[in-house]
Amino acid sequence: MEPSLASYLALSGILFTIGAVGVTFKRNAIGMFMCIELMLNAVNLTFVAFSRYYGDVTGQLFVFMVMSVAAAEAAVGLGIIIAFFRNRVSVDVDDASLMRD
Amino acid sequence: MFSTVLFYLFAGLAIAAAISTVYHRNPLYSAISLVGAFLALSAIYITLAAPFIAAVQVLVYAGAIMVLVVFVILLLNMDDEPRRNRLKYLYAFGLGLAVLLTGQTFYIYSAVVRAPNVASDQTQTVGKTLSIGRGMYTEYLLPVEIVGVLLLMAVIGAVILVRRLNQPELELVLKEELKDERLEKGLLN
Repeated sequence: MEPSLASYLALSGILFTIGAVGVTFKRNAIGMFMCIELMLNAVNLTFVAFSRYYGDVTGQLFVFMVMSVAAAEAAVGLGIIIAFFRNRVSVDVDDASLMRD
Repeated sequence: MFSTVLFYLFAGLAIAAAISTVYHRNPLYSAISLVGAFLALSAIYITLAAPFIAAVQVLVYAGAIMVLVVFVILLLNMDDEPRRNRLKYLYAFGLGLAVLLTGQTFYIYSAVVRAPNVASDQTQTVGKTLSIGRGMYTEYLLPVEIVGVLLLMAVIGAVILVRRLNQPELELVLKEELKDERLEKGLLN
């Protein structure tokens, strides 16, 4: 016997919760970035679980798309972090308040 | 039975690594914990009979993306995140979010457990590279093309973002340097 669909979805929900809480608690731009990656992975897990339990390949194809988007996000997001560090010598998101002040 | 044991083992590992990612204040420790979470998820994909996705998970996430992140951490030479007492309301917001999402998780779990169970077909070959490739280049060709354009945009955007000077400024600097050199020569002569 193999684990039920519900247990995979529960694992995915727990990982998503941890990622979302991490995004709100962390003040470091790279830490927030890593928590977003964790949330993307939680969503990927639901895709693969449904793909398995409904015998349809579409879910796994969309996991592939999500991974491509994550790679694009890594390139652009880390570029923004480096550009921000060059201007402010910090990666703390509290320092990114130019529009607010 | 065996796959259930593997699932609970790697699910525990994934959750522990995820908590460790959020807990650590040193970004490098967070990054290494996140690699652990990605590897545990890759093992869980194998229990879901998706070997292609498991391989791509290790290659793209644990390999490419995390190497990029660790490289940026080393490049920026970051120390531990200092403890700050600002933005108190964010902690309340985060706790509320945690309660809400945990409740939602339990709701989904109970709803799916009560739903009529679809027995998964063990003979399916959905996760094989052949079926994924066939779907990718026939039915889902347009999304694949769109992803290709997206990656091209990301590459160009990343290059433009991290470039130090734009071209006119660079030419100006070069001209100034040439002028200085000529002046020095003129003075020397």
